[in-house]
Amino acid sequence: MNWLRKLVPSRIDTNGGKNKRGVPEGVWTQCPSCGSMLYSGELERNLQVCPKCSHHLRITARQRLDQLLDAGRREEIGENVTPVDFLKFSDSRKYRDRIVQAQKKTGEKDAMVVVHGTLRGSPLVAAAFEFQFMGGSMGSVVGERFVRGVEAAIEARIPFVCFSASGGARMQEALTSLMQMAKTSAALARLRAAHLPYISVLTDPTTGGVSASFAMLGDINLAEPRALIGFAGQRVIEQTVRETLPEGFQRSEFLLLHGGLDQVVDRREMRDRIADLLDFLMNRSAGVERDAA
Amino acid sequence: MNHNFLDFEQPIAELEAKIEELRHVADPNVDINEEVERLRKKSEKLTRSIFSSLNQWQVAQLARHMQRPYASDYIKRIFSGFQELHGDRHYADDPAIVGGLARLDGRSIMVIGEEKGRSTKEKIHRNFGMPRPEGYRKALRLMHMAERFQLPVVTFVDTPGAYPGVGAEERGQSEAIARNLIEMAELRTPIVCTVIGEGGSGGALAIGVGDRVMMLEYSIYSVISPEGCASILWKDSGKAKDAAEALGVGAERLLKLGLVDEVLPEPLGGAHRNPEVMADTVRDALIRQFDALGRLSLEELLAARGERLRNYGNYRD
Repeated sequence: MNWLRKLVPSRIDTNGGKNKRGVPEGVWTQCPSCGSMLYSGELERNLQVCPKCSHHLRITARQRLDQLLDAGRREEIGENVTPVDFLKFSDSRKYRDRIVQAQKKTGEKDAMVVVHGTLRGSPLVAAAFEFQFMGGSMGSVVGERFVRGVEAAIEARIPFVCFSASGGARMQEALTSLMQMAKTSAALARLRAAHLPYISVLTDPTTGGVSASFAMLGDINLAEPRALIGFAGQRVIEQTVRETLPEGFQRSEFLLLHGGLDQVVDRREMRDRIADLLDFLMNRSAGVERDAA
Repeated sequence: MNHNFLDFEQPIAELEAKIEELRHVADPNVDINEEVERLRKKSEKLTRSIFSSLNQWQVAQLARHMQRPYASDYIKRIFSGFQELHGDRHYADDPAIVGGLARLDGRSIMVIGEEKGRSTKEKIHRNFGMPRPEGYRKALRLMHMAERFQLPVVTFVDTPGAYPGVGAEERGQSEAIARNLIEMAELRTPIVCTVIGEGGSGGALAIGVGDRVMMLEYSIYSVISPEGCASILWKDSGKAKDAAEALGVGAERLLKLGLVDEVLPEPLGGAHRNPEVMADTVRDALIRQFDALGRLSLEELLAARGERLRNYGNYRD
């Protein structure tokens, strides 16, 4: 860690700031990958990508949508759709309490935000997972908001983009959450029939029921670098096959190699890439919208 | 009859053992018939009583019973002229999924089922009923064939889950499941799905989207296995019983939630006690369901299927 001490100004403590006074909280962020201390303002300008090692930090649903969409008018879709503990599910804690806690922690009502906005001047519907909300798990609200987003896209004849970050189906909604896989996929069948494009962006992590439904169904599947993407959890696979998993297993680059993705895209290029791809699929001339925007 | 009795069936097992013992009494001076008959009635009453109040974990054990009829058993008993069709045309043939052409009461159908395998050797061959991507892609190929030739599709769901392996991930397990969901949502032919044993998560749903979803009385259908759920939420896989109860994996509970359309009653003691009767029940239900679906135009059929998929979910709005 000596090299790190050199990078960090002498007055900044790298031991979590417990020992020293006078370091404002939240000004510095430690990169979870390379351990560098990063100035939060700079990290923010760099779209939460570590300038030292290009590690893509996990971000909130709203940050994601802000990075994608034009500033200005946006309309949220399905914001009044909120979760219910219809099974009175209780494990070590009640589902009802978990919902309330997740809502307090994230400021979101559930694990997905969907908005109608514009990208380089062209309208689209964009959805993004809030991973901090119960691991981005998909229950009835995620399913319903996703479908309403797709329906809004069909109605307005505009593209649909979804950023996934999810551990999979929400166990506390039992089989109903599994059925969200069928529900969301069926909505995409209707989008497909309407000849409208769907770009799926898989971010860290996208696993289980979300990867095994709409996340892998994009007309174009993109992923951020090094994102964990897969159907089964790594521990489960290790226990089943009784061997250690190969390096890079279930990472974006692994999926690209095996044909599961179209491209791995750096977050800092994501907005333009999506806009360019949609221009192709919507048969628009390149750059026109950019000028208009 | 040699049943493998489950833990909660032990009182029945003891009675049956007694009956068996009596039968072997060789003394011609003792009339055992009356006593055997009395015990048999008692055993039946006891079975009825135990099976009238099964908890969700006990249902799960029945759903996984090693003597439970599997997809190939139903295919043999229900249909005639089965012609198995193999392979996904891309990579391999997955024996964890069996599919092919058959006749149901004279009419051509396409049948697809997840198959666990009976003997140890066959279980390994069938990968314990855990399909790999090529299995789901074979299923999809057969469904598209059914669509092209206007054949109804019958699926039998019975899997612990899609196989969690390195190769399965490399070949796109997620994509294979997801692809089936989107294609089945708009397949232009009637689909009737029956959960005959274990409906294990996405691996089950991948052949479980249709116009009617039926479950056998002691089958289960769940987003995650009770053991998996227990190990994640309770941090203790030993809490599977609690997890099964919380999840509500049994057919009756799912019927009440509107997630399945019909529960098919099983013979006393479970399908394995009388596979012939069970197969007849399934056969009659399939014929009845396809008759009803056959009265709809293709457009009505697809609209109803879409409506049913659209309405899954419980939320406040």
